[in-house]
Amino acid sequence: MVQRLAVAVHALARPEVHDVVPALGGLALHFHPSFEGNAQEAAAALVEACLDAGLPKEPDVLRTIEVPVCYAPEFGMDLNDVSEKTKLPVQEIVDRHAAGNYRVLMIGFAPGHAYMGGLDPRLAVPRRATPRIVVPAGAVAIANDQTVVYPYAISGGWNVIGRTPLTVFDAGRQEPSLFGAGDRVKFRPVGRDEFLRLEKK
Amino acid sequence: MSLRVLRPGLLTTVQDLGRHGLQNVGLCPGGAMDPVALALANALVGNDAGEAALEITVIGPELEFTARCLVALCGAEFDGGFPHNRPVLMEAGKRVRVGRAARGARAYLAVAGGFALQPVLGSCSTFLPGRFGGFKGRALARGDVLDFRDQESFHRFDLLKGQKNSSVRWSAPPLTLADREPILLHVIDGQHAESYDAANRRLFLDTEWRIAPDSNRMGFRLLGPALQRAASDEILSGPTCLGSVQVPANGAPIALMADHQTTGGYPRIAEIVAADVPRLAQLAPGGRLRFARCSLETAADLRKHSRQRLEAALRGIAMQYGK
Repeated sequence: MVQRLAVAVHALARPEVHDVVPALGGLALHFHPSFEGNAQEAAAALVEACLDAGLPKEPDVLRTIEVPVCYAPEFGMDLNDVSEKTKLPVQEIVDRHAAGNYRVLMIGFAPGHAYMGGLDPRLAVPRRATPRIVVPAGAVAIANDQTVVYPYAISGGWNVIGRTPLTVFDAGRQEPSLFGAGDRVKFRPVGRDEFLRLEKK
Repeated sequence: MSLRVLRPGLLTTVQDLGRHGLQNVGLCPGGAMDPVALALANALVGNDAGEAALEITVIGPELEFTARCLVALCGAEFDGGFPHNRPVLMEAGKRVRVGRAARGARAYLAVAGGFALQPVLGSCSTFLPGRFGGFKGRALARGDVLDFRDQESFHRFDLLKGQKNSSVRWSAPPLTLADREPILLHVIDGQHAESYDAANRRLFLDTEWRIAPDSNRMGFRLLGPALQRAASDEILSGPTCLGSVQVPANGAPIALMADHQTTGGYPRIAEIVAADVPRLAQLAPGGRLRFARCSLETAADLRKHSRQRLEAALRGIAMQYGK
């Protein structure tokens, strides 16, 4: 609903609204500072206009993005920890993670950093007690009921179980972010060879 | 034809008015912390308000100009003796030490015609966390050479009225510098203001807050009493904004600045009105401030007035160029 509304408001292309941001806790319309008048009323009017006109249908808004992931131990640094905590063998963790149908709930924390819901409840583990100083770019990680893919090498406390060769955020790309809020995501397990081949592209 | 960095200072970056329309993929607009001072600096050298300039922070750089050029420094006052708030004609080979900030925290050095830089996602602003934009996606370092886009723009100096030696007799008003501290910032209630009891909301408004040393372009941490939230429920991550005041579990508020995260899961007790954020950007660590609650209508009025003040100043500068 929030995603469909965001798409509809964005499609109005109002010059005074320069950002439309869907999140778990609401939808933000960022007005240009030169806007005169009551932004709250103006925002409400835009939202009502979109609701009156009818929101776009879900399949027209939502894409499915396939993300290749290599779950080899050198990439999935925390697989053994997760295995201990969940009492599941490593291969079953990989199978369950790759079998999931995920939805991007929100993008935040860093450019392109997508929070995805739909993680198998059996894989629910808390964040690491001590965050890593550097989690590599492309790291696929889990915590609680969500999974993420790190866009940059940044510090983070999620449990890393694999890595994708895809570039999650590239400022030089026409569409810089691989993920958008509302996208459906499937993870496809790949071996080291395919990972390296895809990484070169 | 260029500017060479002899010493970079504390944090000198290229900034313009930022990149808009990408907060939905987690990228904040960024850009100049004090866009008012940036617009003034640009106007003083005859540039458009959004031309990229150097944002200089607390300890200024030492620079060498290798060609004749027209420059202006606006915003915070630095003690290096460089003339503020006026266009200055630089001779080739001239070396400049900007010095330390004596009043305010950030100044903008604009050069007539702008710098020869490639925009990234529609802006020349440096986004430090993502390491892109501006000059190689990073703060300036010793030995960096920034080329000017145009070698002839210094001729604009010939158009100026009130010339005196290599500068002018007049100066632009520093619109965002406070005469005294604490500065007063207007706030409207944040989304979670009501989850604080009356005593804590009063504490927020009665406290004279100080800017913590570990503040940066992402956010200013505020030192003062710990704010306690009555409700203890988890908050769904929601959108944040330039000027949002969020309160993590330790109770110490953080005011979100230009390079802020686009969403956050901390309660937001208040939102600093857009008109007041550039004045906050001029506080250095240790700087003091207070909050005063206002209505959305007042926030819109303040925004309009600050824009009118800026436009009047820009018109005054344009007249000196005979426009």
